[in-house]
Amino acid sequence: MKINTMAEMMQNGETPEILFWVGCAGSFDQRAQKITKAFATILNKVGINYAILGKEEACTGDPARRAGNEFLFQMMAYQNIQVLNGYGIKKIVTTCPHCFNTLKNEYPELGGTYEVIHHTTLLQQLIDEGKIKLKDSGAFKGKKISYHDSCYLGRSNNIYEAPRKVLEALDAELVEMKRCRSNGLCCGAGGAQMFKEDEKGEKRINIERADEALETGASIIASACPFCNTMMTDGVKNREKEDTVAVLDIAEMIAASME
Amino acid sequence: MAILQQVIFVCLTGISVWLFTKKAGEIKRNVFLGLPENLNNNPSARWKNLFLLALGQKKMFKNQLVACMHLVVYGGFIIINLEVLEIVLDGILGTHRLFVPALGPVYLWLLNAFEFLAATVILVCATFLIRRNVLKLKRFASKDLNGWPRSDANYILFTEIVLMSLFLTMNACDLILQSKGTEHYHATGNFFFSGMISPLFSGLHIDGLIMIERTCWWLHIAGIFAFLNYLPYSKHLHIILAFPNAYYARLEPLGKLKNMPAVQNEVLYAMQPELAPTDAAAPARFGAKDIFDLSWKSLLDAYSCTECGRCTAACPANSTGKLLSPRKIMMATRDRLEAVGKNINENKSFIDDQKSLLHNYISVEELRACTTCNACVEACPVSIAPLDIIMELRRSLIMEESNAPQEWNGTFSNIENNFAPWKFSPDDRDAWVAEM
Repeated sequence: MKINTMAEMMQNGETPEILFWVGCAGSFDQRAQKITKAFATILNKVGINYAILGKEEACTGDPARRAGNEFLFQMMAYQNIQVLNGYGIKKIVTTCPHCFNTLKNEYPELGGTYEVIHHTTLLQQLIDEGKIKLKDSGAFKGKKISYHDSCYLGRSNNIYEAPRKVLEALDAELVEMKRCRSNGLCCGAGGAQMFKEDEKGEKRINIERADEALETGASIIASACPFCNTMMTDGVKNREKEDTVAVLDIAEMIAASME
Repeated sequence: MAILQQVIFVCLTGISVWLFTKKAGEIKRNVFLGLPENLNNNPSARWKNLFLLALGQKKMFKNQLVACMHLVVYGGFIIINLEVLEIVLDGILGTHRLFVPALGPVYLWLLNAFEFLAATVILVCATFLIRRNVLKLKRFASKDLNGWPRSDANYILFTEIVLMSLFLTMNACDLILQSKGTEHYHATGNFFFSGMISPLFSGLHIDGLIMIERTCWWLHIAGIFAFLNYLPYSKHLHIILAFPNAYYARLEPLGKLKNMPAVQNEVLYAMQPELAPTDAAAPARFGAKDIFDLSWKSLLDAYSCTECGRCTAACPANSTGKLLSPRKIMMATRDRLEAVGKNINENKSFIDDQKSLLHNYISVEELRACTTCNACVEACPVSIAPLDIIMELRRSLIMEESNAPQEWNGTFSNIENNFAPWKFSPDDRDAWVAEM
């Protein structure tokens, strides 16, 4: 399967409809790479004309900014905006809510204004437009699925419906956790917590959240963020439930259910 | 004699209004010790927030029962103030129930509505006291409230019960005096709620009744003036500040952090030195070490906080036993702000007291536990953003003190050198493509 970089497209005098911003987790983390591949597969199947930045992509600076290191954030933002503007990028889709939030909300006042959408929103659009056709009896039909809201999609950007609409299209039984939507409990990764040990406490946040997810009796925990995915997977493993409960990104579920 | 009472009343009113105005001015001065931030854009969205969030208490309705109880107390407070208007005018003019002749039958209807509110306020405040002191709900049993804050909450509830009881007792005696045709006591018709308790006083002599009625009248109005002057020292200030706080709430998506143009420019000048002005002055300070470095809105937030603890109950760090409590962040900010205000009152201008919000009031461990998930901001019924303060203090820790956990230093250097938070070669960023 061929995936073009912006540089290659430029060389051939082509312009993609949309840039797929892969993000660091999606690029390097082995688990998150599967999400990236699933989403790229969907884009290819639907026939969307897209490109990635490849080696020219760099961290948006989100973890640095939230840790308090504004200098590093501004350096990364400067660099990325130079690249994005250099290619005349208009529209970006990303599988990472942290990249999504930074690109959409924080780059414009630094000179980088793009139409940015999260992959769950794009998936919903493609399903609504009939461009994604799902199998009649997909692997998730009738399965009990609980969706974990990512803070950077939900509270940060008010995206609660798109991921749920996509899951509904799978004919699954959606069950909500005790705390969901605007009351959703964080997985524990945000604010650069992903990159350090927890502070002293009684329990790890991801285990608390995994417990809430397990309480629903769902056999699948659906996520829409590579960091939530890691945290929830670790939490489920900690409770030794990894054989009966799977943590999957919505893109992976759609890729597996397409005709 | 009557004129003496009027003079005393006018003096009492004057003094309490003067004291309140003076303290309100101090609070305003303290709020504007913060950095300027323009929050006047999009007034229609701001008015909408004021009506929905402050007046309509939209976020309280996440828990309907509690919201209804709170609405009763709040409604009681606002509406009974209409009755206070009559009381104040009576006090100044030396009249009794001034509005009876003008309002006629409407007066009875209004008073019954006020009495209904007074009775329900007593019930609800009693319920709130039980929730706090007997049932000890987690939000209220928290160590955040140890000491003065816990007493503050109880004093408020207790005072409201006392004020409403005085109001009902006063009316009950008034009813009996009316029935006996006592001079000055106009016939109003029967008040429903105080009518139920008036038999308690029916055995008393007219002089005794007048004495109780007058005492309740004076204590009620003096209590209201005292309460007015207690507000600025109390968490109860939220009944006023919730309104401006909702109006000036940040309107952008919660995920957007405040930009630092000074840092943005430093980076720009480093990358494109030709753009650097020759007289570029270095910014005074990065992030916030003390209240002077926070936006004025964060300081208004601190004064608007009523310590309900919804933020802390929603905080993932707090609910898993970490030290961080967003409520405590707000309380610490107000404590520091009050200390600075006191310092200014005593010394005319602020004299360095070798203390700061960061470290002396809020510790590094608290700040480090935040996941920036915005649950606290979302939970607050009066539009407070504890995350704004946490972020500004974090910025100071990293950029002023280079105070980061070892793992974060590693993350920073990976981002800087490898363009990802992990130590992978940037050349492998698109390695996954080969596996497609």
